[in-house]
Amino acid sequence: MRNNGDEEAIKETTNTVLNNPDITKRGALSICNVTKIYDPEGVHVVALEGCSLDIRAGEFVAVVGPSGCGKTTLLNIIAGFDSLTHGEIRLDDELLAAPGVKPKPGPDRVVVFQHGALFPWKTVLDNVIYGPVIQKKMSREEAIETARDKLSRLGLKEIENVYPGQLSSGMQRRVEIVRALINNPLVLLLDEPFRGMDSVTKSASHEALLELYDIFHKTIYFITHDLEEAIFLSDTVVVMTTRPGKIRMTIKVDLPRPRDYRMLSTPRFLELKEMAKDAVHEEALKAFQRGERELA
Amino acid sequence: MSGINMSEDKSVTDMLVKKEISFGRRLRKNLLNPTNINGTIAIFGFFVTWHLLVVLRIPFMKHIPTPLTVLETFIDLVTQKVYWVSLWFSAKRVFYGFVAAQVLGIPLGLAMGWSRKFKYLTFPVFEVLRPIPPLAWVPVSILFWPTNELSIAFITFIGAFFTIVLNVLRGVSSIDKELYRSALSLGAKPQHIFRKIILPASIPSIATGMMVGIGITWNVVIAAEMIAGDKGIGRLTWEGYLAGDTPTIIVGMISIGFAGWISSGIVKIISDRMMPWRKLF
Amino acid sequence: MILGFVFTIGFWYAAVYWLPFDAFHRLPGPDEVITEWLSRDPYYGISIYTKEYYVHIIYSFYRATAAFLLATILGVPFGLLMGWSRRFYEYSFPLVEMIRPIPPLAWVPLSILMLPGVEPAVIFVTFLVAFFVTTLNTLLGVQSIDQAYFRAALCLGAGSREILYDVVIPGALPYIFTGLQISMGAAWFSLVAGEMIAAQYGLGYLIWQGYSLVKYPTIIIGMVTLGVIGYGSSAAIRYVGKRLMAWRQQELGGLGVTYEE
Repeated sequence: MRNNGDEEAIKETTNTVLNNPDITKRGALSICNVTKIYDPEGVHVVALEGCSLDIRAGEFVAVVGPSGCGKTTLLNIIAGFDSLTHGEIRLDDELLAAPGVKPKPGPDRVVVFQHGALFPWKTVLDNVIYGPVIQKKMSREEAIETARDKLSRLGLKEIENVYPGQLSSGMQRRVEIVRALINNPLVLLLDEPFRGMDSVTKSASHEALLELYDIFHKTIYFITHDLEEAIFLSDTVVVMTTRPGKIRMTIKVDLPRPRDYRMLSTPRFLELKEMAKDAVHEEALKAFQRGERELA
Repeated sequence: MSGINMSEDKSVTDMLVKKEISFGRRLRKNLLNPTNINGTIAIFGFFVTWHLLVVLRIPFMKHIPTPLTVLETFIDLVTQKVYWVSLWFSAKRVFYGFVAAQVLGIPLGLAMGWSRKFKYLTFPVFEVLRPIPPLAWVPVSILFWPTNELSIAFITFIGAFFTIVLNVLRGVSSIDKELYRSALSLGAKPQHIFRKIILPASIPSIATGMMVGIGITWNVVIAAEMIAGDKGIGRLTWEGYLAGDTPTIIVGMISIGFAGWISSGIVKIISDRMMPWRKLF
Repeated sequence: MILGFVFTIGFWYAAVYWLPFDAFHRLPGPDEVITEWLSRDPYYGISIYTKEYYVHIIYSFYRATAAFLLATILGVPFGLLMGWSRRFYEYSFPLVEMIRPIPPLAWVPLSILMLPGVEPAVIFVTFLVAFFVTTLNTLLGVQSIDQAYFRAALCLGAGSREILYDVVIPGALPYIFTGLQISMGAAWFSLVAGEMIAAQYGLGYLIWQGYSLVKYPTIIIGMVTLGVIGYGSSAAIRYVGKRLMAWRQQELGGLGVTYEE
């Protein structure tokens, strides 16, 4: 028998579906046995070997591992900057990448880069509206309005007409995330975006990212070498081995959302951290002993 | 209980076995890559077009000889002593001017970078003299220097001098301040800082200055010879012009280009040696 | 700073009149030059009051500017294309590198033969130098753009056209402007040589004439004028560059980070 609660739920779900026609495309990534070899007939560097990973739609996955282990390579393949040698990747059950099939980089899989790639010659606002405008998905006015709305959510409204060069790296990265999200991507790919930031900026950036995640719930592939960050932000932490990169361990982070910095000292968090640390530490030692320098 | 999955160790070793590549195959791969092939096609096409334009008597190519004629003249000239003597004279002038520019310019640049007072004194004059093209100095040079040789060498000197000073100056001023500070905190005295920090750190910019300078020097020497010299390859080319001997003009041009190319190569080798820790470009 | 100038002029004066070096005595002293330059009825014919002076300046200026503009209009797109398309680069770079080592002035005899008249020949030679400098610097500019910007643009849905306008051109602009400054200097350099060798009118011609007709102060006047104009044109280019690249000024101009959390 239906009661009021059910009716509410049904109404809400219906509304969500009706307001968001793209909801059937949800951004689930299926990575099957992916191998990447650079220069197979020459130097023959095996960057990735038989990686398999299933990412649910809307899941926040953090990828950790020693330098040069292939985390960025996998990101590049998903984004379409690189091809793979063996295996396949599917996005929402459609073939994305396979040997000989290289996807074009596009707004369904937007990347936020490590050192930041906001166009220095465009203002913050022009940067953010760039995607929708040139894809002709929105008119310039619409895009500006949406951009302003999103920027103000993160408290970035006053810097609209400022050039990226005048912003601190924390603000730059946040703007870049907004620039990515405004395109309504299926997957958001972030390559160590908060690397090298001081802890205050980092916490602010984490908060901003989590806030956006809670609202927009995109599939996220987040590379980092900071274990705490990885556990704090994600639903799943994937630990990769040193080159050739394989997936050594996946850790499900069952901490409740919305996340809070007080969780950092809970026993569960520390437990997860220990698990991850042991795995990563071992791999890091191996990499160190091998003197990994080239593809870091 | 949270889930910890250890993924299966999928080994794909059979696909990863490195194939044995024969030497011949590798050589072919390195030499016959698209870049080289396309470049060769382009150069070949250039010569063919040249030949055609002359043969077809296209207006502005009326007086130009065909590539084959040029080649003939080249082979002819190469066997004559006057050709090599001319090259030698030009090379000497380049050498003197260039070396003088380095010997005077490098210390000056270092001094300007090192002492702010010195810079204030000298920089304004420097900046006003710099835009004056080296060749504008020719008359002054001729008046001033007793011999023709020296006059021309002076012009080449001017060409390379300003470049090297500017580069050295830039190099010194871009040295990371932290290097100074760490040296000072370790108790270094000024002369130590100079010898151990400034000098080594400015070597890359000295190298750049040399590279740019040698290019300029060849440019300059040719022009100076055309105007006022005797016995250089520039003079040879000019005389070819005066005598209406167009193939010689072209041969002269090519020789100059080639000589300049070789000098740049030599300078590059020297500068690479100076900086074993870093490639120049 | 002014002290430096005074010092140099003082040295010049001393050198010509007092120092026991014969070589210096042949040169005109600063007093001669300045009086000549500023006199209403100059002994040697050129001063700031004579029409001829300005005629020469205008000739040189016109030639240099014409060659420079031509080189920029052709060189920048050429360089952009070379940086942009791998295929184009493969065809054109070897050709460029083959012709480039030939000193521009070595082209003077040939261009006089090829082109109708001395004027075009002089401009052509000047153009050639400026062209190579511009092209190469533009190419370098394109190559210097961080790959991340290209990738970001692709992610955001940019096609070739957008990448050209929104990444390649703005990204290469700093190098392009450096190239323009250098090419301006190079243009003056070969222009003067060309004028000395083959032209009527122009500052190079003036200087050479001053020498051959024993009008020594004129030589110096010519040289100094050249220096000033050369400096002025480079400064003008720098200024335009600053305006076009406002974002850089704010980044590099010492303002640093003006917005924090």
